[in-house]
Amino acid sequence: MSEFALEARGLGKRYGKKWALRDCTLEIPTGCVAALVGPNGAGKTTLLHLAVGLTDATAGSVRVLGRSAWEKPEVVLPRLGFVAQEHPLYRRFRIGEMLKAGEKLNATWDQALAQTRLERLGIPLDQKIGTLSGGQQAQVALTLALAKRPELLVLDEPIAALDPLARRDFLKSLMEAVADGGLTVLLSSHIITDLERVCDYMILLSASQVQLAAPIEDIVAEHRVLSGPRSDPSAVERLHSVIQASHTDRQTTLVVRANGHLYDSRWQVDEVDLEEIVLAYLGRSPADAPESLEVAS
Amino acid sequence: MIEFRLDQRSGVPTYLQLVQQVRQALRLGILQPGDQLPTVKEVVGKLAINPNTVLKAYRELDREGLTEGRRGQGTFVSHDQPAAVPGDYSALRSALLKWIERARKAGLDDESINALVAATLQTVFFEKAA
Repeated sequence: MSEFALEARGLGKRYGKKWALRDCTLEIPTGCVAALVGPNGAGKTTLLHLAVGLTDATAGSVRVLGRSAWEKPEVVLPRLGFVAQEHPLYRRFRIGEMLKAGEKLNATWDQALAQTRLERLGIPLDQKIGTLSGGQQAQVALTLALAKRPELLVLDEPIAALDPLARRDFLKSLMEAVADGGLTVLLSSHIITDLERVCDYMILLSASQVQLAAPIEDIVAEHRVLSGPRSDPSAVERLHSVIQASHTDRQTTLVVRANGHLYDSRWQVDEVDLEEIVLAYLGRSPADAPESLEVAS
Repeated sequence: MIEFRLDQRSGVPTYLQLVQQVRQALRLGILQPGDQLPTVKEVVGKLAINPNTVLKAYRELDREGLTEGRRGQGTFVSHDQPAAVPGDYSALRSALLKWIERARKAGLDDESINALVAATLQTVFFEKAA
């Protein structure tokens, strides 16, 4: 098993004149649950589609499970599970028929796993997919992806359309699948509070570029908010990266990625939670952020 | 069997909340030596948290000698528990009481005392990190 479930090097995708994703270099360690976070149009779906081989790169490369899904689909796809946004399913199929399709279309298929999961969720096999609630459809889509016994599961906005209860249920059953072992998960979302409990790795994408890619524990440990009398942040900037600076006439507040030691009697130093860190990166004015382009993903 | 809860607003890391709840259950006698803790899968199925978080909590409990992981069976409350926690810290506690009295005399209210303790802990944290 390779160390990284996904590796991107200088990956870029251009539609016409616009870059949907640019110069993306990152690694996702095997066995983690990685969150792909960013505003709409940041390039999340483009990155996922490049990873699973639904589209080819304009620049650079992306390998999943050691290979390119675009170049070697016959090798990569059997080991990969992908659930697209809106959990596409055949609405007129009964669930049993959907499972049958899964069984026929996939080289590896764990019918027992699929049936046990659905039974435990109280979803009867003879029901038509179109009659299921949004939460149940999400669970069926997840079950189909898991029945492939994938090594990497890629989920595009799996919980965005779900109500809070269905969202929690979905994440519970996803985490149970992870607890069984041998699975790496990459999911995109913008619901940060839920991600914090579920994910241990985060990739932050904004303006078509990777802003952060690291274990969540490290991200939280490295960031601090400094507050103090109004001053020029350039002294802090020499040692640390200032992600966000805001000033009132008397006070300056900085969100900082600390480069080691950060203690300065002029500043009050406080911890900052993941959501605030993400918002600080996303709220960077276009002047600090890498070139921003409007792109539909 | 113990049931874990999560307070996402507390600011206490998730794994530490699990550790604290086991410690508390031991103090209250809700958990007895030989009892099994919920499996990782049971905990994540209930709380929707990352399995590694549960593993980290259980490793910490093992390290403290409060529980022992048995391969393929699960995590169990140890038969010989480390000395009861409150007694160990009685000297520290009385010193702290004296310090709090001094802080009150100096005019600090509870909030200021908390802020001072937090700020000092942070200093120690960053000095260690440096």
